[in-house]
Amino acid sequence: MSVTMDKKFFFDRYGLAQADVERYLSAALSAGGDFADLYFEYQTSTSVSLDESMVKSATQGISAGCGVRVLSGERTGYAYTDDLSPERLLHAARTAALIASGPAKQPVVGLTNKPAHNLYPVPLPSVEAEVLAKVDLVQRADKAARAYDPRIHEVRVSYADELRHILVIGSDGSFAEDAQPMARMSVFCIAKDEIAGSARGTAGGGGRVALEYFQGDASPEHFAKEAARQAIIQLDAREAPAGEMEVVLGPGWPGILLHEAIGHGLEADFNRKKTSAFSGMLGRRVASDKCTVVDNGTMPGRRGSLNVDDEGNPTENTILIENGILKGYLSDKLSSRLMGIPNTGNGRRESYQHIPMPRMTNTYMLAGQDSPEDIIKSVKYGIYAANFGGGQVDITNGKFVFSASEAYLIENGIITSPLKNATLIGNGPDVLTKVSMVGSDLQLDEGVGTCGKDGQSVPVGVGIPTLKVDRLTVGGTGG
Amino acid sequence: MTVSAQERPGAAQTASTDLKEIAADVVRRAMQGGASAAEAVAMDGSEFSTVVRLGEVETLKESGSKAIGVRVFFGQRAASTYSSDLTSEGVQQLVDSALALAKVTSEDPFAGIPEPAQLGKLEGDLDLYHNDVYSLSTADRIDYARRAEKAALDADPRIINSEGGTFDAAIGYKVLANSHGFVGDYQRSYCSVSAVPIAQVEGSSMQRDYWYSVAMTLKKLESPEEVGKIAAQRTVRRIGARKVKTAKVPIVFEYTVAGSLVGHIFEAVNGDSIYRGASFLTGKLNQKIAGDNINVVDDGTMRGGFGTSPFDSEGVPSRKTIVVENGVLKSYLLNTYTAKKLGLQTTGNASRGLAGTPGIGPGNFFLQPGTKSLQEIIGDIKEGLFVTEFLGFGVNLVTGDFSRGASGLWIENGELTYPVEEITVAGNLKDMFFNIAEIGNDLEFRSSIASPTLRIDGMTVAGE
Repeated sequence: MSVTMDKKFFFDRYGLAQADVERYLSAALSAGGDFADLYFEYQTSTSVSLDESMVKSATQGISAGCGVRVLSGERTGYAYTDDLSPERLLHAARTAALIASGPAKQPVVGLTNKPAHNLYPVPLPSVEAEVLAKVDLVQRADKAARAYDPRIHEVRVSYADELRHILVIGSDGSFAEDAQPMARMSVFCIAKDEIAGSARGTAGGGGRVALEYFQGDASPEHFAKEAARQAIIQLDAREAPAGEMEVVLGPGWPGILLHEAIGHGLEADFNRKKTSAFSGMLGRRVASDKCTVVDNGTMPGRRGSLNVDDEGNPTENTILIENGILKGYLSDKLSSRLMGIPNTGNGRRESYQHIPMPRMTNTYMLAGQDSPEDIIKSVKYGIYAANFGGGQVDITNGKFVFSASEAYLIENGIITSPLKNATLIGNGPDVLTKVSMVGSDLQLDEGVGTCGKDGQSVPVGVGIPTLKVDRLTVGGTGG
Repeated sequence: MTVSAQERPGAAQTASTDLKEIAADVVRRAMQGGASAAEAVAMDGSEFSTVVRLGEVETLKESGSKAIGVRVFFGQRAASTYSSDLTSEGVQQLVDSALALAKVTSEDPFAGIPEPAQLGKLEGDLDLYHNDVYSLSTADRIDYARRAEKAALDADPRIINSEGGTFDAAIGYKVLANSHGFVGDYQRSYCSVSAVPIAQVEGSSMQRDYWYSVAMTLKKLESPEEVGKIAAQRTVRRIGARKVKTAKVPIVFEYTVAGSLVGHIFEAVNGDSIYRGASFLTGKLNQKIAGDNINVVDDGTMRGGFGTSPFDSEGVPSRKTIVVENGVLKSYLLNTYTAKKLGLQTTGNASRGLAGTPGIGPGNFFLQPGTKSLQEIIGDIKEGLFVTEFLGFGVNLVTGDFSRGASGLWIENGELTYPVEEITVAGNLKDMFFNIAEIGNDLEFRSSIASPTLRIDGMTVAGE
């Protein structure tokens, strides 16, 4: 398929022509190399934040630039510029070219567009009326949170959205363009009580959606009530226990377990370099046979979804673990080529200033057969973790943590007292082997996740059904 | 391999006068557009980084970027915009958007920029910029990374793999201008070298650790050989790490991790958290919040400090603030807005990037060192834990609850014994700062927040 240049965003805005692109790619390959690509990005963003019932700030921004990458064997040369003039682009291309040292190569002439998904709406650029609608959203959330309970003392709300246009052109003639919206609303509450002191609650959500999304179930009131509810519950929280015990994870965001415990360890770059605790474990058992885990970038409107990844390849639904057996890695162009495995379309980057690498999209476990009630009933003494803050993993020794922000004690099959924040710690390659029950209630998170790796942040999604882990260390202070 | 490495700093020099003019012009245009006050910030940064893995160059990255942000006020309403488009047209759009946006925000009685009398700059050379970080040829830079990794790989036969050696250099230039006529600028340089080796022996899991050196000049950077050697030592001592039984024991936090504990004091005295009641230190001014042995200082004026600057992000001169004196909380850290909210004076800690309202940033924030060496601190402990790495961020600043993953070494009869992992350490920050039993003599700045090694009693180690 050939491309009609004059209809395309970057060609219009910056007066790029196909001949220019070929010139930059030639410069990138001027010292040889296996492959080069140009990544153009133009991003607009708006955010509105409310504190003490006042809209204290409103911000809009524009950032644009181009990153030039040259691959030569296992080497990557990279340079970027925020000045899209031909001189600066050529300079960036020549700088990236320094990674290679051989005779010049020529890029393929002509461009080919791969078929891509169509997973999200493309909103029109922000207009003033839209800003007022965003102000209305944060004010509604403030009202709802304060109305929830008189002990809600402080409410902060933010709404942020962006629209990111990307264009990726490879020296192999590959060509992909996408317009990626992202919106997110967050509510933070503090509850205060004379006797119990203070406690916090947070909630939020969004995805690759337009403003209208927040007029449905994912309303400001929904997020506000959820944040307020958590803060009020935490007022009564007691010390979390310390030591190994049975842990039940609630559905949705607690899926961060998968992200930390196995997701990062299955990113192909770590496995190519054999620095992951999962290196060489393909085909081996890494989970109980009740566990099937996928990374799916093709879900409409989800925060981790993409029509194409940041190397221009369509995203996929990749099976990572099937009935407990490790099936695959998440790969990008470089790792798939060097490892001789399929490219799963997981090459992502934070912006034009960053080198792409294998990253997760939406990572979740498929639903099982157990009823959530039976799972709770089966626990004699343990904890039920309904919500989490963040997590982290050391991919080399496999140790991972994730911190419960809403958890309860389970005593004799019944959920009892709320618990203070506690970190859970485990070992990635064997935690899922201890999953003895998998609920029928798969949920994805509401759209709040941001993943950090090597200093680069990208939006992701996670999900699980209710899960029972037979043994996990709970990092409380109680007996 | 050769490269025009010197080009960027030269370009930044020319750009600096431009950026000052552009920032002042943005303020002027905002005032002409009807704003009652305005403030512009402009930044120009260059970065270089390379990773060498198993002796081969893996990545080489070199680039620079510029951008500008503006904050405008219509009376008590504020809004901000930012852009990387510095053309006259782009700048006008930046200003127009900010002026339009300010119409949708609320009247906030405390909004505004500092008073003219509060503005100023520290005089003299603060030693923040050395162009030697960009003086090396690309080949020499790669060699730094290669030498660091090689030293790690050669140090011990149990080092079997590596995530690589790195060398990074960066230069940042910042301009601030406001409608009281303030225009200030400064430049900052940075370089670092690191090694991340991986060790393994038959029958145990892989372990990785790292070491790095960071400085504002190559002259103060540790040698790559030293960095690689320390990285290897730290990595091999983790081999065979195991879990321990859940227990309450004294915990020694190595200075590499103790800084993050002291960082929680910084977060808790942040004026934004204080006026919102989002800190466990809200309302504690002039009260005891730590033991008598605890003194904490924020000093934005130290020559060559990572947290030093001639003025803060609102144009207020940086200063030295005693935060905790003999355990008593003496001062919060404030910018103009939070000071007005609390009826206090700004401490010159305004911090901002391109977008939005200024927050609070540290100068050089540290806990005053004591006199004991690490050996002396550990020598007193019959059974305890020496923490060398944290995992995760399980800290609740509203309540002070603290629970984080950790790894390190077990202490028995005053000596470090076997490595420990897959455990958590937990307590409450309100108690932890009262229970600092020992303070080391090893304060070393590797970022703007630092602490010597600390022994804290009464915390829970959760394991088996």
